[in-house]
Amino acid sequence: MMKKKMPYLLLGLAVLFPATAAAAPTGQALAFTCAGCHGTDGSSVGPSSPSIAGMDPEVFIDAMQGYKFDERNSTIMNRIAKGYNDEQIKSMAWFFAKQTLRLKPQKHDAALAKLGTKLHDEYCEKCHEDGGKPGDAGTLAGQWMPYLHYTMEDFVDGRRDYPRKMKRKVDAAIEAEGDRAIPALIHYYGSQH
Amino acid sequence: MTEINRRDFIRFATVAGASLGFPQLALAANPKVVVVGGGVGGCTAAKYLRKLHPQTDVTLIETKKVYQSCFMSNEVLSGDRTLDSITFDYEGLKRHGVKVVIDRVDAIEPDKKQVVTQGGETFAYDACIVSPGVDFKWDAIEGYDEKVAEVVPHAWFAGPQTTTLRNQILAMPEGGKVIIVAPPNPYKCPPGPYERAAQIAMYCKHHKPKAKILILDPKDKFSKQGLFTQGWSKLYGFGTENSMIEWVGAAGGGTVEELDPSTMTLQAEIEEFQGDVINIIPPQKAGKVAFASDLADGDWCPVNKLTFESSKHKDVYVLGDASSAAKMPKSAYAANSQAKVAAAAIVSRFNGIEPPDPTFVNTCYSILGEEHGISVAAVYTLDKSSNTILPVKGAGGLSPMNASDQQRKREVSYAHSWFANLIDDMMM
Repeated sequence: MMKKKMPYLLLGLAVLFPATAAAAPTGQALAFTCAGCHGTDGSSVGPSSPSIAGMDPEVFIDAMQGYKFDERNSTIMNRIAKGYNDEQIKSMAWFFAKQTLRLKPQKHDAALAKLGTKLHDEYCEKCHEDGGKPGDAGTLAGQWMPYLHYTMEDFVDGRRDYPRKMKRKVDAAIEAEGDRAIPALIHYYGSQH
Repeated sequence: MTEINRRDFIRFATVAGASLGFPQLALAANPKVVVVGGGVGGCTAAKYLRKLHPQTDVTLIETKKVYQSCFMSNEVLSGDRTLDSITFDYEGLKRHGVKVVIDRVDAIEPDKKQVVTQGGETFAYDACIVSPGVDFKWDAIEGYDEKVAEVVPHAWFAGPQTTTLRNQILAMPEGGKVIIVAPPNPYKCPPGPYERAAQIAMYCKHHKPKAKILILDPKDKFSKQGLFTQGWSKLYGFGTENSMIEWVGAAGGGTVEELDPSTMTLQAEIEEFQGDVINIIPPQKAGKVAFASDLADGDWCPVNKLTFESSKHKDVYVLGDASSAAKMPKSAYAANSQAKVAAAAIVSRFNGIEPPDPTFVNTCYSILGEEHGISVAAVYTLDKSSNTILPVKGAGGLSPMNASDQQRKREVSYAHSWFANLIDDMMM
């Protein structure tokens, strides 16, 4: 009984003291502060900071928590992520999840991209479905190529936790196509818009 | 209804709406907002007002036909980018339904809730946003004024001044000396003078390797000092006999008192300095319209930081460099962040509800060499009891000292992204 009454009691307080009803920063307000680097509503115009619009909320939360606890390499995000609590990170995640990703064309090497298409289908599509569109994994399709390059550098050089399955697949792609493999994949993702 | 009665009615409606839970009970269907100043603060507020509350009638008044960003203008001095690449028109804002008027506003009239332009047009407003940026204290250095600045440029507003300084550096003899006179706090873009030294050095390293850049500073420390010192050492031999860059702070006699433009000599506190090129960045205060409109207290404009409404006049909001927004720095990113808080607060007012709790971010990059970038970041919340914007403890801060070359290089490319996205977010 008591529990049921609580919301009404709170509502009553809100009416009596409207100032206390001012909400904590909304997900929208928090997300608006990201736009100067990640673009309006999370669609970056480049050339390197990643687009975060349309991201799966779980992927967003994982990334932010990784930055916050210095488990994921970054230049600036580890400093910024520490400014937010779990609830705030979650509300930003949901804001960005609801935004439509707007992509811009990028300069890419068509021959490499073609090779990348083949490699993606063979080694990556199973987890990065639909050519790497936002989903259960991070956004690859149309993502800014320098960012993808930095990310792969971090995986390969051991600065970012490399999922075993992913490492096996990337190694297999390199085994098949040599040093061209990673650039080919990046050019394939960069060719999509 | 007279103007006063109408305002009282609105005030009553707002209060009633907030306490009785009728959030939609408020103003006329199309509330009017006039924005004075087409920089980062003004543009961002105009765009986000339209985004958050599309029925708002937004008019932005700006004196210049194009916007030229101060951020990334140091990169024009090194030749790393062109002035064209930091020049933007207002067409993007028009696509968001903002009416852009190119005209000059001497002062707004808070008592009449209107803005009259020099061109003779009158704009009534429900809310007015004033975002004029900074103005110079021209009387601070003897012998330096607006006229002399045509030959001894400040280049602290991007545009013809940037070109003048760039051309002077190009024309300087081999082994010439550039003197940068840094301003006292607070001023816009705290790391700017030191990035500028690095950008000029970046050009000289390739084209005039015997040139010197001397910074005369009335301060004893400056923004990102450790990182600048480390970057200057690595790239330009700072701290050695042959350093391209030299810095003289207040304790060393870096405060400049007088300029003799005929001999290109600066009288500083202890000695005289002679330069082939002199760049004086004067002390700063809020833009002219802020003073003419009675919005300033001292050099800057006090505001309620929950909304950025002026502490001196109701329904007037002051954003960006001109506002007194401690502890946020006077930076482009800060103005962009503040503008969104103000836009949300104004829309809340139109809807008769309490403004949401604000949240702010500042991010600022400096580029010291082709592959050497550094940054500072902070996340801020408002401490309502002291009306102070405080950085969240444990967050933010500088790029690490001794970072790898790879990290420094990445920060250059993220600096370019920061620039492109900031411009896009404010006016595209």
